[in-house]
Amino acid sequence: MNKKILSAPYLLWSVVFIIIPLLMVFYYGLTDKSGAFTLENILAIATVEHSKALWLAIKLSIESTIICLILAYPLSMILSKLNVNQHSFIVFIFILPMWMNFLLRTLAWQTLLEKTGVINSILKTLGLPGINIINTSGAIILGMVYNFLPFMVLPIYNSLSKIDKNVINAARDLGANGFQTFLKIMLPLSTPGIISGITMVFVPALTTFVISTLLGGSKILLIGNVIEQEFTQTGNWHLGSGLSIVLMIFIIVNMLITAITDKDGEGTML
Amino acid sequence: MKKLVDLQNISKSFDGELIIDDLNLYIRENEFLTLLGPSGCGKTTTLRILGGFETPDTGKVIFEGTDITKLPPNKRPLNTVFQKYALFTHMTIAENIAFGLKIKNKSKSYINDKIKYALKLVNLDGYENRMPDSLSGGQQQRIAIARAIVNEPKLLLLDEPLGALDLKLRQDMQYELIRLKNELGITFIYVTHDQEEALTMSDTIVVMNKGYIQQIGTPEKIYNEPENAFVADFIGDSNILPGIMIEDKLVEILGAKFACVDEGFGNNTPVDVVIRPEDVELVAEGQGTIQGVVSHVIFKGVHYEMEVMANGFEWLVQSTKCFHVGTKVGIQVDPFNIQIMNKPASEDEEAIGVDE
Amino acid sequence: MRNALKKLYITLILIFLYAPIVTLIVLSFNKSKTRAKWGGFTGKWYISLFKNDDIMAALGNTLLIAFVSSLVATVIGIIACIAIQAMKKRSRSIVIGITNIPMLNADIVTGISLMLLFITLGIRFGFLTILLAHISFNIPYVILSVLPRFKALNPSTYEAALDLGASPFKAFMKVVFPDILPGVLSGFLMAFTMSLDDFIITHFTKGAGIDTLSTKIYSEVKKGIKPEMYALSSIIFISVLVLLFLVNYMPKENKKEIK
Repeated sequence: MNKKILSAPYLLWSVVFIIIPLLMVFYYGLTDKSGAFTLENILAIATVEHSKALWLAIKLSIESTIICLILAYPLSMILSKLNVNQHSFIVFIFILPMWMNFLLRTLAWQTLLEKTGVINSILKTLGLPGINIINTSGAIILGMVYNFLPFMVLPIYNSLSKIDKNVINAARDLGANGFQTFLKIMLPLSTPGIISGITMVFVPALTTFVISTLLGGSKILLIGNVIEQEFTQTGNWHLGSGLSIVLMIFIIVNMLITAITDKDGEGTML
Repeated sequence: MKKLVDLQNISKSFDGELIIDDLNLYIRENEFLTLLGPSGCGKTTTLRILGGFETPDTGKVIFEGTDITKLPPNKRPLNTVFQKYALFTHMTIAENIAFGLKIKNKSKSYINDKIKYALKLVNLDGYENRMPDSLSGGQQQRIAIARAIVNEPKLLLLDEPLGALDLKLRQDMQYELIRLKNELGITFIYVTHDQEEALTMSDTIVVMNKGYIQQIGTPEKIYNEPENAFVADFIGDSNILPGIMIEDKLVEILGAKFACVDEGFGNNTPVDVVIRPEDVELVAEGQGTIQGVVSHVIFKGVHYEMEVMANGFEWLVQSTKCFHVGTKVGIQVDPFNIQIMNKPASEDEEAIGVDE
Repeated sequence: MRNALKKLYITLILIFLYAPIVTLIVLSFNKSKTRAKWGGFTGKWYISLFKNDDIMAALGNTLLIAFVSSLVATVIGIIACIAIQAMKKRSRSIVIGITNIPMLNADIVTGISLMLLFITLGIRFGFLTILLAHISFNIPYVILSVLPRFKALNPSTYEAALDLGASPFKAFMKVVFPDILPGVLSGFLMAFTMSLDDFIITHFTKGAGIDTLSTKIYSEVKKGIKPEMYALSSIIFISVLVLLFLVNYMPKENKKEIK
């Protein structure tokens, strides 16, 4: 019974709907409207507005990823020390917000962050100064962290939970205090989760256009906005594809890192 | 011998269930003491309290005269060998062994010497740069031991360390552990549910059940003179029968009178009687104290194991002589081999059921 | 003291996560149509919601696409897992690598690549293109959920079934499938969730004339979101909350690892 025949539907599907489309992006990116080969679409990244959009996206996504990591790690540590019974409840609590529409959840931050929004109203009644981060890159970072935090928490939490409790006990038994145990045992052993978390946050953050549209006002353009506009408004698919190829460099590096650290093919998310 | 550790009035509950109830126990220097009992009897919890991984609800842990009850594990002058080795999989063998020494800021040369010494001690020279995952279970176990003893603790706690090994390896490791203890002069506190292991290795056995200490003694004493039905049943095979102590040195079992050597149980007192299967002598029909018929025979290699139905009780008999099924036999027991025990004072002194 | 700090930290994070959701639910009861002002309490949006044809159409599309795409993805995914299990290490790594691509790739790239594909193939944009796109990004979630279950299987049980006379298909359905079921269900659920919430890929593959909830919301951002939208989202959220709660916590004997 040749089981490999069974892989045919899936492989066929992957070729048609995953591989070929990506190849088409490369095709469009490397040709101009007449079909001739050109590098201008890719080199267009060097223009002032494009490079600005790219660097801003890189800056904001790095900052968001770092913030997510700093917030997620202590949280995952606390959660992993809880009861075994509560494990699925934890996953539940973090997946649950995803059931409220992504756009609305992000949009809700407008209501919270506005000059006359909820947070400022609360601060005013407490006699504290108001905050003014709506329509700034600060708001975009907030939106990124808000949306992607669960993707950082779950892999790290999974990694930490897999550490045998007796290994931690052994470290303490051998004389390590809390901090030493964290540094020498927990951190190294949770590295797969950390890497997984970083890769699951950085790429969506880098390439988003929705969060910048909803929370940045029309003034702040990230590379994602530029590409989206080329496809839906300007109609210059070649340029859009060319700029996407630049983005792909980041994405491919990301994939390579994941492939190296995730040899078993089991994403550390689940 | 001096007292090294003193556990005073230790009690511990988990989720409302009392695991250890007012435990009092002291351990002497250089002793090999084993906590023996079925799952849930409290032996591992006792060990964890000693190690500092649990805090008792009541009571104190005194180590060489100092109260260490509230001391965290990393500050206690003792080390633990964990059940599933708990090696640091992301470090080499050498780094694993060096871990405790590095925390204590020992010099590089000191550490290197110690690593060599420890590996030699457990017969794993040259394994410095291997990773734990590449080692077999037995090897990992020895590294776990090496990692612990290299810190020169006065006390070593071992939590069922041989459980995951196969029989032959387990037996080899048992001899290894005794050798180590004698060579290093460390006090060992060992936890196991395997009574053969306990009998083989220990100087002192503490039999526990349901959070209480049932009996403390040398292996011979525990085996030959169990104090209650639980201990008798848990250690070795046994025939446990109800009897009546008619007077000193005379007990009635199954309607027949047997001479024995115990005194002080009073007159006409109901008691429990323990007779080990290897102490039941089968003699010709008509001879002996009671009569019976052989119902089962199994060849076990070291001896034949037979069941003899006599006076309404199925006697377990072990003998190098074989009596076939259906043979009528007589049973006699040397008075010295009849052990009299008080009837269980509480549920936890009762023998555990068949599935022990 | 340390415990109190830990609890405080968790609470702050939870407040952070759920503040917008609470805000939205509150807004669904806002009499005033604009987001910025509170005009008093009302439940009328919950009623006018069901009379709004556009929104109901978008809802229908969203649910249908999510369900169908997850179903198809699950079937293809299970079959793929059977094949992957039987592969040698090298082929397996390649296939799993391909599987990871949609998950690791940026949604925007997946979206535009599919858009270019459909244009080149001349397929008209609409329900079908959205469906094809959703199936494509759903399959990896199914595979990554089901494959570990396959790995944990005891191959002897399948062989035992064959030995006792069952055909390969029957052996699979009666012996293997029940064992992998928790993975199948969690994969299906993940795919459904991802599909329901997707915006970016749908945005590029839908063309004009059809909307899912997400794209409808996006189109209303500039004009002002209809309050009925808040009401609908709140309903979806609460019903999912109740559903998942019941599934995970009610029958204690039935504790399957559905997540």
